[in-house]
Amino acid sequence: MSQETLRIQKISGHAGAVPGEDTQRDYTVCKLIDTTTCIGCKACEVACMEWNDLPFGETIFDNTYQTMPETRWNYWNLILFNEHEREDGSMMWLMRKNQCMHCAEPGCLAACPADGAIIQYTNGIVDFQQDHCIGCGYCITGCPFNIPKFNPETKRVFKCSLCADRVGQGLEPACIKACPTGCLHFGSKEDMKDLAEKRATQLREHYNFPNAGVYDPAGVGGTGVMYVLHDATQPELYGGLPKDPHIPLSVKLWKGPLKWLGNAAMIGGLIGLFIHYLRFGPKDREDQDIRDQIANAQEKTVKRVEEEHP
Amino acid sequence: MTNGWVDIKNTDMMLIMGGNPAENHPCGFKWAIEAKRNRNAKIISVDPRFTRTSAVADLFCQIRAGSDIAFLGGVINYAIQNNRIAHEYLVNFTNAAFVVKNDFKMPGDTDGVFSGFDAAKMSYDRSSWNYSGTDGKPLPNPPGMSTGQNQVTTPLPPMPENVDYDLTLQNPNCVFQLLKKHYSRYTPEIVERITGIPKTQFLKAADTYTSIRKDGDLKQVGTIIYAVGWTQHSFGTQIIRTAAMLQLLLGNVGRAGGGVNALRGHSNIQGATDMAGLYDSLPGYLKVPTPADADFDGWMKRVTPTASKPQPWQSWNYYSHTPAFSVSFLKALYGDAATKQNGWAFDYLPKVDRDYSWTHLWNDMYNGSVKGMLAFGMNGVAIGPDTNKNIDALKKAEWLVVGEIYPDETSEFWKSPRVLAQGDMKLIQTTVYRLPCAGFAEKDGSFANSARWLLWKNAAVPTPGDCRLDQAILAQIFLKVRDLYKKDPGKFPDPILNLTWNYSEPLNPPLAEVLKELNGKALADLEDPATKQQIKAGQQLPGFAWLKDDGTTSCGIWIYSGAFTEAGNQTARRDPSDPSGMGVHPGWGWSWPANRRVLYNRASCDVNGKPWDPSRKQVWWNEDAKKWVGNDIPDFKADSPPKDHMGPFIMNAEGVGRIFAPLAAFAEGPFPEFYEPIESPLANLLHPERSTNPVVTKFKDADDKFGTAKDFPVVCTTFRLTEHYHYWTKNNPMNVQLVPEPFIEMAAEMAAEMGIRGGEKVKVSSARGEYIAKAMVTQRIKSMLIDGKKTYQIGIPFHWGYRGIAEDEGKTARDLANQLTHTAVDPNAHTPEFKGFLVKVEKV
Repeated sequence: MSQETLRIQKISGHAGAVPGEDTQRDYTVCKLIDTTTCIGCKACEVACMEWNDLPFGETIFDNTYQTMPETRWNYWNLILFNEHEREDGSMMWLMRKNQCMHCAEPGCLAACPADGAIIQYTNGIVDFQQDHCIGCGYCITGCPFNIPKFNPETKRVFKCSLCADRVGQGLEPACIKACPTGCLHFGSKEDMKDLAEKRATQLREHYNFPNAGVYDPAGVGGTGVMYVLHDATQPELYGGLPKDPHIPLSVKLWKGPLKWLGNAAMIGGLIGLFIHYLRFGPKDREDQDIRDQIANAQEKTVKRVEEEHP
Repeated sequence: MTNGWVDIKNTDMMLIMGGNPAENHPCGFKWAIEAKRNRNAKIISVDPRFTRTSAVADLFCQIRAGSDIAFLGGVINYAIQNNRIAHEYLVNFTNAAFVVKNDFKMPGDTDGVFSGFDAAKMSYDRSSWNYSGTDGKPLPNPPGMSTGQNQVTTPLPPMPENVDYDLTLQNPNCVFQLLKKHYSRYTPEIVERITGIPKTQFLKAADTYTSIRKDGDLKQVGTIIYAVGWTQHSFGTQIIRTAAMLQLLLGNVGRAGGGVNALRGHSNIQGATDMAGLYDSLPGYLKVPTPADADFDGWMKRVTPTASKPQPWQSWNYYSHTPAFSVSFLKALYGDAATKQNGWAFDYLPKVDRDYSWTHLWNDMYNGSVKGMLAFGMNGVAIGPDTNKNIDALKKAEWLVVGEIYPDETSEFWKSPRVLAQGDMKLIQTTVYRLPCAGFAEKDGSFANSARWLLWKNAAVPTPGDCRLDQAILAQIFLKVRDLYKKDPGKFPDPILNLTWNYSEPLNPPLAEVLKELNGKALADLEDPATKQQIKAGQQLPGFAWLKDDGTTSCGIWIYSGAFTEAGNQTARRDPSDPSGMGVHPGWGWSWPANRRVLYNRASCDVNGKPWDPSRKQVWWNEDAKKWVGNDIPDFKADSPPKDHMGPFIMNAEGVGRIFAPLAAFAEGPFPEFYEPIESPLANLLHPERSTNPVVTKFKDADDKFGTAKDFPVVCTTFRLTEHYHYWTKNNPMNVQLVPEPFIEMAAEMAAEMGIRGGEKVKVSSARGEYIAKAMVTQRIKSMLIDGKKTYQIGIPFHWGYRGIAEDEGKTARDLANQLTHTAVDPNAHTPEFKGFLVKVEKV
C-alpha cells in the first residue's frame, strides 16, 4: 500500500514522470540477516503473520523443520532449513530467512504492466499496491528469487513489504523487533554493509569459515536485504539462493529493447503511412470515377449477354 | 544458575550439554550470541542429536544419551593430565587439599561402588565418606540428610571441625589425588567406547574447553550451560556434580561468564523450587523435619551445619543461621501461635518419613492410598513417566480436580487410546471436576527466572467468563477446609486452624501482600548492634541478615528477604542501566540472595582480593574502606579481609567448593561415577556387574516393566521444540501451523536400512507402551559405535497427546510420548529418566 510519509521513486507500468525518480537516495534502508547467528526460532515468521494480519493456512509434515515449502500469498517470511555436511565431515544446519529482497533494480517492478501496482520508495522498499494489480503474474516471472505469490481467489499478488507502514513511522520491521538473538539488523544500507563486512571478517579470522562473506548481489543493483553467509561462494546451499540473480532476459527485453522495437515499429508504420501520403497523395477521386465507369460497363455487358443468351 | 542470563555475554567459552538453549530458551540464548559476536567466544555442543544450538556451535559431539558422566569425567582427566587447572583457585577455594579418611574406597578398587555399600539393602553406610581431622562435635545425624531413597537409617559421624589438609596436594588421600585417581580410569579410549564419540573428536572438545587454562592463563572464563538433558536421568544429580567439579577445577565458579548454569524450563519453576514445591524441603531450601527429630531443638541440631575446615582458614558457614531462618518461617506460617514454649509450632509441621516424590505420589494413587488429586496447570498423564500407569492410577482415584485453561489429557484421562481400546471406560468411578483458571497474561505476581531474578509482572487482561485466579481458588478451598475443621476438629486441628491468613481480601489474597509476607517483617523493635540501624515493629525487613531465632522476626522465605522492603516492591523495578557493562543491571528486578547477581563472586578474586581478570571486575577488596566492594553485591562477609582466608563458598560448612562431597550430601558417592541408564544397550564397561546406579530402586507393579537391549536395541530420548511449549500449544493455531504433526527423528542411515522414507509412519515401542508418528529422516543423527557395536538413537519431540487441534481432527495417532518412559528415578532429586531408555522401531 502507498504510504503518505514515504516518497515514491519508481512506479510500475507508469506513463509519464515519477516525482521522486531522479532524487538523491539519501537514506536507503536495509535489513541485514546474519545466517551465522540465526537459530531458526521462527519468531520472525510469527511476527510477520501477526503484524500483517495474515490468516492461518494448512501445513503438513514434510520431513523438515521448515514450516512450508515456500512463501505463500499469506506467508511472506519463511526460514529455509538445509542440512549440509562440510568437507571435513562436520555437520551444518543452514537456516536462511527467506523473503523479498527489495532489489534496487526490482525485476517485479520492471515486469509489471499495471500502472502503480508495484512501487519503489526512495528508501528502497519495493511495495505491492494490490488495488492497482491486474493479476497477470508477470511479476512472478520477473523476480529472480521466486518471491511474489498469487492468491487464486482474489487474483492479487503478495509479498513482504519490509513493513513499509512501520518504517514510514520510524519503526523497525516486525521481524527485526521479534528476533530474540539479534541476528536481524536494520538501518541504512551503508551501516548495514559496514556491519556485515565486520561480521564476515570476524568469521574468517576467528571462526572456521574462510569463505564467509556478504550477499548483496550486483545483478539486481544490490538489495535492500543482505545476508552474511558462512560460505558466500555457495549461496545455493541456503535453500537455492541464486548466485547471480538478475532480472530475466525476457523481462529485460520486453520492457527494454522489445518495447522500443515495438514502439519503433508502430511509429515507423505511422511515418511510413505519412511518407506514402506525401508521395502518393490522398486517394484520387478521378481514379474512382474511372473504376466506377468500368464497373458500370462490366455490369451492362453482363446484363446484355444474359438477355441475348437466356 | 550460579550466574545469570545476561552474564553469559561475558564468557569466552561455552560448554552446552544436556541442554538445547537455542531451541528452548531462544531469548536467553541471545546472550550466548552476544558473547560470540563481541568476544569471539566459542560454543561446544554435546548432544545426542545435532540441534538448533549445534547449528551455531563451533564444535559438535554426538553423544549416546545417558553417557554424560563418562564424557565429563574424561574432560576432568584431560584437564588434570594436561595441567589445565586453576591451581591457586583449586588449593584455596575448594576442598582439593582436604585429606579424606583412610577407609574411604572408590569404585575402581571395589568393583563399581564406594565403601560402605550394602548390596542387600541397595544403600550405603556413608561414614567413610568423610574428611580426616579432629574435634568434630558429635551429632545425632549430620547435616545434608534428605529422605526417601537417600534416607540415612544409621547415625552418621560428623564432619571434623579441624580438617587435615595438604596445600601441596601430594598426600595420596587428599581430595585432589583421589580425584585424579578416580578419573584416571576415564581415558579417551574408554570415553569413545562408552559415549560413541570418536577419540579424536573427544580430545578436540576437551582441548577446546580447557584451553582457557592453557599455560596458566587465569583470565579467560568458561561456562557450562545445561537443562533437563542432564537432570532427567537416574544419575542426573551426579552429572551436574561432575560439571560443577570441572568448573571448580578450572576456577570458573564465581566469575563473570562462568559458573554452573541450569536453564529452567518454565517461567516460574525457579520460584516453585525456591518456595518448596517439592516435598523434601521448606521454602529457601531448608531441610524438612523427620520423625527422628524429637523437638524443634533436635531438628535444628540435626540440620544446622557446623564449620569444618583447615584450622587456619575461616568458614562463614551461612547455614549456621538455619535457626533464624526456621523460626522466622514458622512465625510467618503460624504467627502468635508459634512461641518459644511450643518450639515455634514444631508439632504442627508434618514429619517427612519417606519418599513422597512424584513417582511415589502416582504409585500411591495406583495402589489406592491416595484418593484424590488437585492438578493445577499440571498435565500429569502427559508429563508421565509411564503415562499408562498414571492413567491407571487415576482410574482408581475417587476424585480429580483439574485447574486448567483448556481441556487437557489429564482432565479427560478416560479418552486415552489405551482406555478406549480396552473398552473399560464405563467401569471408571472417578469424579472429575474442571475448574477454569487464568492464563499467564491474566495473572500478576512475581516470577523467579533461571538467573534467580524475581520480576514482578502485571496482569495484561482480566480473566474471561467464569475463570478464576489460582490464589482465589486456593483461598476458597483453604477457608472452606478451615471452616470444616472448626466445626469438626478431630484429633489435632491446630496446624490448620492456627495458620495465618491476614490478607486484606481473604478470598482473593493480593499477591503483593503475599510477597510482603515472604520478604518478612519485624515483630518487635529491632536494632543492628554494629550499625545502630533501627527497625520498628511491623516494618518490612531490609534483608535476611536481620532474621532472628527469638521470634521477633517473621519471614516466609529467607532467600527472598529484601524483595519487598519499606522502599517498596523491589521486584517491580525496571531500571535498565548497567554502569559496569557486565550485565549486572542492579536496578532491574531483584535477585536472590540480596540482589547478588553472580553467586560466590568472592572467588572472582585471588587470595589477596584482586580480580583474576581486571577487564571483568565484579567485586574486590578495598583496603582503605576495609571491605569488599564492587559492581555486583559481594556474595561474602563484607568486612572479612583476605588475610583471614574465609572461603568464598559461604553456604558450605567447609566454606570452600566441594570437589569431594562428604557424607550424606549425595546418595551414590562423593565423586560421580559413570553408571549406565536403567535401560541400556550394554553393560557398564567400567564394571559390568554393577552396571547401573546402585541406589536406584524400582517399582514392581504391572505397569512398571523394564526392557533389555535384546528386545529394544535402539536408544531413545525425548525432547522439546521451539515452536511448541509442552502440551498446551497444540491447542493454539499459530503453533500448530508452525509444526502441525508429531514426528520421530531418526538417522538417515537407520531409515535406509529399514526402508523408511521421511513422512512414513513408524511405531516406536518400549516395555511399557507404543508411540506412532511420522518419521523425520535426518543427517543430524548418525549411527554410533558403542563399544564397537553399531547403535542407533532416535529422538521424540513430545508435544502431542490425545487432545489438541490436530488430534481432534483425527490427524494423529493420539499417543503421548511418555507412554514409552519408565518410573525409575534419580535417588537425590527424584527426577525420572526421560532422556535415555530403550525402544524398538518398526514400520507401520
